[in-house]
Amino acid sequence: MQQSSLISRKNQFAEEVGIALRECTPVVLGVVPFGITCGIMGLTAQLSGFETILMSVLVFAGASQFIGITMLGAGITGWGIIVLTTLLVNLRHLIMGSSLAPYMIKLPLPLQAFMAFFLTDEAYALTISRIPKTGYSVLYQVTVSTTLYLVWVLATVAGVFLGSYISDPLTWGLDFAMPATFLVLLIPMLASRISLIVFGIAGVVSVFGALYLPGKWYIIVACLTASLIGGLLEGESNHAK
Amino acid sequence: MRSEVLVIIIGMTLVTYFTRFGALALFRFTGIPTWLNRWLKYVPVAILTALIIPSLLLPQGYLDISLNNHYLIAGITAAFVAYKSRNIIATLGLGMSVMLILKLL
Repeated sequence: MQQSSLISRKNQFAEEVGIALRECTPVVLGVVPFGITCGIMGLTAQLSGFETILMSVLVFAGASQFIGITMLGAGITGWGIIVLTTLLVNLRHLIMGSSLAPYMIKLPLPLQAFMAFFLTDEAYALTISRIPKTGYSVLYQVTVSTTLYLVWVLATVAGVFLGSYISDPLTWGLDFAMPATFLVLLIPMLASRISLIVFGIAGVVSVFGALYLPGKWYIIVACLTASLIGGLLEGESNHAK
Repeated sequence: MRSEVLVIIIGMTLVTYFTRFGALALFRFTGIPTWLNRWLKYVPVAILTALIIPSLLLPQGYLDISLNNHYLIAGITAAFVAYKSRNIIATLGLGMSVMLILKLL
């Protein structure tokens, strides 16, 4: 009896990991060209292969790594400006952390601290869209996050070693895999009038933000504006009832 | 390994980790206020939109609403397939095929 429940639990475990791996494959495909580009860029900016790979291993944040490497390549070596820019570019993680907090806060602190290291746009998007289907799953988030991490590091290594042989992989159009995957995650969420309004506002604000604001600020501004308005509308419709 | 590069990498690591763990660490002590809970409900839609729309409309960093923007055409195809099928593989397969065909044309 006990043994069979142990086996079924083991099966559930394997099944959950399997689902996580399958669902993150398209996103992983989209991460590879960015990782390779990161490796190539590091060498172009006169970083050593080791320095470039170490940055992917420790920082694990694509956009800020691109910006940091570009600044180093441009001869900006003051740590203050690069670290501050990294902070600003990554502030959006605070919003994603808050969004996952209601689920993660019950977990043991060391586990939270461990999982937080791997929080990325991609891991967040996959984890949060899984919740309405089957509820929050730690195993799912850990599997997706660590897979993305491994692939990011390995792709950077590949970029460092292949760097001189291949042209810029981002011109292949493989980076389209990421918005395409996000679309599949987003569309089922657009089921209510308020979600559609939030979508419209976030779309308009992010485009204007991307045009006129530096770095990744457009994500933060669009997200704050649109989700705040969504929350307010939700409050009003609750009052009306 | 140059020490000034190492300092920069470690600094980047620390601030990035702060942004990832900061919210969790804070709410662990304070709990999550109810007003924030309501606001957080629409964060997933807002973030995903903010990640997708600019990458389709401004793939090169400037606004490009034309038939020459492959990301936009492939994106509209992918959105349609995603709406009809709700299937990642179908969406990605057709989206990437459109992308590839447009590149070869």
